Amino acid sequence: MSKFSKKRGASTPEISTASLPDIIFMLLFFFMVVTVMKDSSLKVKVTVPNATELEKLERKSLVHYIYVGAPLPQFQAQYGTAPRMQLNDQFASVDDIPLFLEQEKLKVNEKERDYITTSLRVDREATMGIVSDVKTKLRQSNQLRLNYSARFRTDDL
Amino acid sequence: MAKKSRREAPAVNASSMADIAFLLLIFFLVTTTIDIDKGIRVKLPPWSDEIPDPLKLKTRNVFSVLVNANNEILVRGESMDKADLREKTKEFIMNPTNRADLSESPENAIISLKNDRGTEYETYLTVYNELKAAYNEIWEAESQLQNGRSYKDLSFDMQKTIRAGIPLVISEAEPTDFGEE
Repeated sequence: MSKFSKKRGASTPEISTASLPDIIFMLLFFFMVVTVMKDSSLKVKVTVPNATELEKLERKSLVHYIYVGAPLPQFQAQYGTAPRMQLNDQFASVDDIPLFLEQEKLKVNEKERDYITTSLRVDREATMGIVSDVKTKLRQSNQLRLNYSARFRTDDL
Repeated sequence: MAKKSRREAPAVNASSMADIAFLLLIFFLVTTTIDIDKGIRVKLPPWSDEIPDPLKLKTRNVFSVLVNANNEILVRGESMDKADLREKTKEFIMNPTNRADLSESPENAIISLKNDRGTEYETYLTVYNELKAAYNEIWEAESQLQNGRSYKDLSFDMQKTIRAGIPLVISEAEPTDFGEE
């Protein structure tokens, strides 16, 4: 019986916390991959309308954005309250679109230029005047793939 | 010579590594933006400098939708509510009862959309959404009829075939200029 005596003073072994950082790193890498850094700060108010026939934007790298809406309150003194267009970080006029499209094209591989999509983020209260001008300019620059940004609508009309 | 008092190096306390990892994780949690990346896909018609001829189309094949600056909808001369637009569009395209004032066949059906510069974008998008939804529902029904499967489950080529039989033709005209602010 003396062979089987319990060791004196032994407590339950401590739970090793060495693997906890590994779990955290896994979560961390997941978020690092999923994070999309905001590429431009909005200077216009954009609340997109609701719709049901939505399709996901594939290949985010082939998408550029055009924002249209009323300027935010801090810019209204300078730019007024009528809806305006914003390209990247700056207010722009419709005539700046061709140059903007060319710059976006350069960022993309030759073979994939036909698949470039323009995502129109337009505020629900913006009027069709400026939106039509933007669409006409896009057609003239041969940018025909378009996506009207919208959220999913849950209620009936 | 005194022996080394310990033969094993003390185990490194790993609990602070978890703290560092938490900090980085919280940073990324905060900077992650969940972007709205869905929308209605549209293919614009190519631009041509020539003014198109008033097309010699039969009136019965054209479904005209007009939206004015008060966001009211006029379909073929009669006012209509947004909620009815989808069903009426489907009826026009498929013409199940073969009425003489609706399209000859889905291939000939053309929807013509005209706005005003003062129309609100939300109304425009709702109208466009209903028109697109009408076509999506027709394609879905057609896919169920022909293949017994949902349109989304078909291969790209089979989807193309269905779309070729019932093409989505929404012709948008230059907006009128009565009501812009």
